[in-house]
Amino acid sequence: MSKALNIALLGNPNTGKTSVFNALTGLSQKVGNYPGITVEKKEGICKLDRTTKGHVLDLPGTYSLNASSMDESVVIELLLNRNSKDFPDVAVVVTDVENLKRNLLLFTQVKDLGIPTLLVINMADQMKRKGITLDIALLEEALDTKIAVVSTREKKGLEELKKMIIDYRQLSTAATISINTIDEAYFQNLEKIFPNQSLYKLWLVITQDVNFAKLDRKRVSDATDFKTASPSNLKRLQQKETVKRYQFINQVLKQGLNIDRAAATDLRSRFDRVLIHKFWGYVIFFVILMTIFQSIFSWSSIPQDFIDSSFASLSQILSEKLPAGVFTDLLTQGIVPGLGGIVIFIPQIAFLFLFISILEETGYMSRVVFLMDRGLRRFGLNGKSVIPLISGTACAIPAVMATRNIENWKERLITILVTPFTTCSARLPVYAILIALVIPEGSLLGLSYKGLMLMFLYLVGFGMALLAAWILSKTLDIQAKSYFIVEMPNYKLPLLKNVGITVWEKTRTFVAEAGKIILAISILLWIMASYGPGKDFNQAEQIVQQDYPELNDTDLEIKTNAYKLEHSYIGILGKTIEPVISPLGYDWKIGIALISSFAAREVFVGTLATIYSVESDSEDTIKNRMASEVRKDGSPLFNLASGISLMLFYAFAMQCMSTLAVVRKETNSWKWPMVQLFGMTLLAYLVAFSTYQILA
Amino acid sequence: MIPLDELKIGEQAEIETIETDKLPLKLIEMGCLPGSAISLIQNAPFNDPLYIKIDESHLAIRKETAKDIFVRLID
Repeated sequence: MSKALNIALLGNPNTGKTSVFNALTGLSQKVGNYPGITVEKKEGICKLDRTTKGHVLDLPGTYSLNASSMDESVVIELLLNRNSKDFPDVAVVVTDVENLKRNLLLFTQVKDLGIPTLLVINMADQMKRKGITLDIALLEEALDTKIAVVSTREKKGLEELKKMIIDYRQLSTAATISINTIDEAYFQNLEKIFPNQSLYKLWLVITQDVNFAKLDRKRVSDATDFKTASPSNLKRLQQKETVKRYQFINQVLKQGLNIDRAAATDLRSRFDRVLIHKFWGYVIFFVILMTIFQSIFSWSSIPQDFIDSSFASLSQILSEKLPAGVFTDLLTQGIVPGLGGIVIFIPQIAFLFLFISILEETGYMSRVVFLMDRGLRRFGLNGKSVIPLISGTACAIPAVMATRNIENWKERLITILVTPFTTCSARLPVYAILIALVIPEGSLLGLSYKGLMLMFLYLVGFGMALLAAWILSKTLDIQAKSYFIVEMPNYKLPLLKNVGITVWEKTRTFVAEAGKIILAISILLWIMASYGPGKDFNQAEQIVQQDYPELNDTDLEIKTNAYKLEHSYIGILGKTIEPVISPLGYDWKIGIALISSFAAREVFVGTLATIYSVESDSEDTIKNRMASEVRKDGSPLFNLASGISLMLFYAFAMQCMSTLAVVRKETNSWKWPMVQLFGMTLLAYLVAFSTYQILA
Repeated sequence: MIPLDELKIGEQAEIETIETDKLPLKLIEMGCLPGSAISLIQNAPFNDPLYIKIDESHLAIRKETAKDIFVRLID
C-alpha cells in the first residue's frame, strides 16, 4: 500500500464540512491540538479505494484566507507551509449549495495558492426545495476544477468524491484571478524583489499576521518598497481583491446557477418568526434550558444508581477473590472507588453534550446569540458569549476556547474570566450526591425539590457569571474596537451521525482526561490515608484497646480504623485545615476532599469514597456511606445547612487546574488565571460561610 | 439613500456605498459590497442587533455597524 494521500477539508462555517468529514472518516478520527496552541486538530483516515488511503484533516471553518482569529491562522499557516507533514496533496473546499457565491470566495483563494483543489457542493438535498438548478459541466469548466455534488444526509456523491480525490493529479493548479490586476504598480515592485515567488502567496504573507516556516516574513516587511503600503492602504487592496473575486464568481454563477424563487419554500422565516420573536423567543429559550437541566438530572439517575452499586459490588468481589495484601487494598480501596467516582457521571456528561450538540446542529444556537446580544452587552459581554456560557455547563475548557470568535478583546477576556462560574459537568456529581442526601422528597408545580435545587444552582452559576462580568466591565480599563457578525444558518434536522460522534468524542476525551487525574489522585490519597507517622498511627490498635478495653472484636476494628485514618498523613493534613473550614460546616474529611478538588472538582466524590473505604472494610455505596457520617453530637454530617454551604462553595470556587492552564494559554498571562483562582475561591468561602451560619 | 439601520422589515434594497475604513473586512468578504441585494429580516428588541440578508447570506450585525452601510430602496 502506498503512502496515504494528505487531504485538507476547507470551507465556510455551516457548510456541513464536518458532516463530510464524518462521512469520510467515521469513527477513525482523532481529535488533538495543533502544537503549542489550543486550536482543535481533527484528523481521520479514509479508505479511498482498495489500495489507497487518505489522511483527512478537517481544518477550522473560515470565510476567507484573511485570518481574523487563531483558528483561521492555522488554515493559512498549513496551506503556505510545503514542509509540513500535513501539507495537502489535495484541498477539498466544501460549499453549501444555497450560498455558493459567498462560499466560492474561499475556493478561489485556495486554488490561487497552486494547490490541486476540488470543489464539493454540499447539501444537494436542499436544491429542489430551494428551486436551485446547477450546470455542473459548465461550472467545472469555468472554475477549472472537478465538482462533487454531495448530500451527506442522503449519503449521495461520496463515492464520486473519493474517485476525484484519487485522481487529484489531473486537477489544474492554475489561478482563478491574477492578483496583480488589483494594483499593477504594487505587484510589479513585489515581483522585482522576489522574482520566482508566487505573488498571491507573497501577498498573503504581507497581509497576514501568521508565522511562516519557509517564507521569511521579516525580509518581506523590511523591504523598503512595501513600507509605503500603510495598514489602511493594505485593507483597501484586500477589499479590491475581494471585489475582483466576486466579479469572477458572479460571472461564473450567472451561467452555471439558476434559482427559481417561486419554487423555493422558506422554512427559515416560519421558524424565525417564533424562535426569535421579541417575547416568545425568550420564553422558548428559557423553557428549553429548563427542560435540558431537568432531564439531565432525572434521566441520568437510573444509570447512575446502577453504576454506583456496580462499583461497590466490584470492590467487594475483588477483595473477596484476590489474596489479601497491599496491592488488593490499593485496588479495592483506592483505584476502584476512585474510578467509580468518574464513571458515575458519564451519563450526565453524555446527555449534556447531546443537548448542546443538538442546539448547535439545528442552527438554534445562532438564534440565541442574536436574542441575547443586546442584553449581554449591558454586562460587558457579547451575544457570542452565550456559546461559552452554555457549553461551560459541559466543561469550562472547550468553553474558554469557544470565546475565540468574539472579536472584541475586552468582551472576550470578560467572557473567559466568568465562564468558570457556569455549572460545569464536574460539579454535577458533587451536586447530585449532595442533593440526593440533603434535599427532601416532594414537589412544587410538578417539579421535584431535588430538580428545583439543581436548577437553582445552575441559575446561581449564570447569575454570578453575569454579576462578575458587569463588575469587570466597569473596572477593567481596556479599549477595544467592537464588532459583531454572526451567521444565521439554515434550520436543519440534526444528523444522527454528527451528534453521535460529538457525544462519543467529547465524553471519551473528558473521561480519559479526568480519569487520569482521578486515578493518580486516588492512588496518592490511598497511600496518604494508609500510612502515617509516629506511634499514634502505627500502634493504633493497642492505643484503642487501652482506651476502650470493653469493646468486642468488630467494634474494636472499626474504632481502630477510624483512629488510624485520623492519624494518617491525610488525617493530619485534614485536621490542620479543619479550623478554617469548620465555620462552613465541614469536617476534616470533607476538608481533604476540598483540597484534592483543586486538581479537579469531580474528585470530590471519589476522594470521599476512598477515605470512607479505607476507614471501614464493608463495601457499600458512596451515598450510603455519606449518609451514615455523623458529627460529634450524633447528628448527620451532611444536613441541609452543610450540604447547601458545600454546594455553594463548589458553585463559586475555582477548583480546576486544567481550566487555569487553558486560561493561561488563551490570555497569554498568569495574571488572569490567578485573578480567577483567588477571586473566585475567596468569594466561595465567604458565601459558604454566611450560608452555613444562617442555616445552621 | 439611507443608512441600513433605518431600513424597515421586508423592504428590498441594494447596497449603495459602505464606509470602507470602518467596516470589518470579514463583513465585506461575506458579500457586503456595493451592488449586493440587502434586506432586513428581523430585529431584536431596541432594533439591535439586526438580522439581515445580503444576497444569500443571513447575518446578524449590530446597529452601530449597520450605520456604516448605506442602501437604496428598490420598489
